[in-house]
Amino acid sequence: MAVDTPIPKTKNAAGASATPTPRKVVRPSSIILKITMAVSGILLVLFLYVHMIGNLKIFLGGTDFDHYAHWLRDLGTPLLPHMWYLWIQRGVLTLAVLAHIYTAAVLTIRAKKARPVKYAHRPKVQGSYAARTMRWGGVIVLLFIIFHILDLTTGTVNPVGDHEHPYANVVADFAPDRWYVTLFYALAIVAVGFHLWHGIFSAARTLGQQTEKGQRRAKTIAAVLSAVLVVGYLSVPFSVMVGLVD
Amino acid sequence: MDIQVRVWRQSGPADRGRMVGYDVKDISPDASFLEMIDVLNEKLILDGDDPIAFDHDCREGICGACSMVINGVAHGPEKATTTCQLHMRHFKDGDVIDVEPWRAAAFPVIKDLVVDRSAFDQIIQAGGYISAPTGTAPDAHATPVPKKDADAAFEAATCIGCGACVAACPNGSSMLFTAAKVTHLGLMPQGQPERDSRVIDMLQAQDDAGFGGCTNMGECAEVCPKGIPLSLIGRLNSDYRKAIAKS
Ligand code: HEM
Ligand code: FES
Repeated sequence: MAVDTPIPKTKNAAGASATPTPRKVVRPSSIILKITMAVSGILLVLFLYVHMIGNLKIFLGGTDFDHYAHWLRDLGTPLLPHMWYLWIQRGVLTLAVLAHIYTAAVLTIRAKKARPVKYAHRPKVQGSYAARTMRWGGVIVLLFIIFHILDLTTGTVNPVGDHEHPYANVVADFAPDRWYVTLFYALAIVAVGFHLWHGIFSAARTLGQQTEKGQRRAKTIAAVLSAVLVVGYLSVPFSVMVGLVD
Repeated sequence: MDIQVRVWRQSGPADRGRMVGYDVKDISPDASFLEMIDVLNEKLILDGDDPIAFDHDCREGICGACSMVINGVAHGPEKATTTCQLHMRHFKDGDVIDVEPWRAAAFPVIKDLVVDRSAFDQIIQAGGYISAPTGTAPDAHATPVPKKDADAAFEAATCIGCGACVAACPNGSSMLFTAAKVTHLGLMPQGQPERDSRVIDMLQAQDDAGFGGCTNMGECAEVCPKGIPLSLIGRLNSDYRKAIAKS
């Protein structure tokens, strides 16, 4: 009698079943990954809004626009030396993009592993188009970000590429004979719009939005915020194309 | 009515499996979907074939055992209805109906339409309980619970753990299931002592079992036979964040 049988811990008892045994490596939890994605995403949305307001200054003419662009480099002075604030912001945004993509990739891999055998019969899922295209839409946005930096930040692929005259760069960019650039730009903006239509709602949910009423409100806010961004960003190339800005 | 069903046949975990078509003749529109499979199985047995293995128990929509993806939709085309409560009158004469098991790495196929759902047991074991003293049961009204909380907890508690949320989720995530359990217990005063450890441990068990993460698509809530709302996932997220911040 009185044999000391160790009581199996719940985890071990469960591990004996047919499901895969728990892995030992410490992995960030799915909700931690989602929160990282939501916070980095929101930071990027804030930037998109500030950036859009700046872009709209193009309608005030070349002098105003170029003045704004130069002011950006002096932002934070005299507290910070010339260009410092700009570089800090670039660093933070780059970190946010990297964190966003890294978490998206980890979650995508986990999702793929979670359903190794596909359904033979699978109608289109009921989730919105925006929700279904987050991953590929995100990739399009990333490609655009890279192109956009080479185009209007470094000027590498811009026909003018003059750092002192950003207004001229923009006008040259969307010239009618460069319709393919304008098209890519427009497609990318629409992709951002779709991404945020689901993304802003998803971020609210990830950060704890939990009522039915709030869900309707969050979805409406997401739709409005994304639509405003799309219209704001598209207005610039459109106006250059039709000659409103030249 | 006469229909054709194409059913996933897999003799065991090691078999690769395939869809096999069967004609089912003269089935009553009032038969349930499971009764239709019963009729088909009787014929298969008479013909000397292996009957189709599938999970079922109560056949009244409360146990969560029945698990079939019918034409790509967990529990079939009727909203808020389990497979056992689905009737053939919702199909048309001559229909071809595809029947597949829940598809998830955490729910490996045992045979045909039967999957091993013990991953859900692991999630429950990790934290889906409250600590209660043994001995005389306390009076039911000893701890007052606000009506609003009691109702919300009850709504979450109607989850029967069938796994349709996982089957439907494009990410193979069990977030709606875990959210229902965390909400059900976390709303009650009796569930407060373990509230933080519960959400952390249950999420850990879910991740460890190989379920995917949530992307708030809402497929799960669409197919849930008990109508568990998607918004509960927000509550899970917020409880988790607060618990992690404290730990
Ligand atoms: C302008 C740049 C971007 C912004 C403003 C943005 C914003 C957001 C936001 C707010 C979310 C919601 C987070 C959540 O689900 O809680 C999100 C999700 C997501 N993003 Fe982005 N994102 C951007 C770029 C990208 C890029 C470059 C990729 C991938 C290459 C990407 C892939 C994803 C994916 C896969 C999701 C998850 C979808 C979901 O959980 O529903 N995003 N994004
Ligand atoms: S058999 Fe019990 S819910 Fe369907």
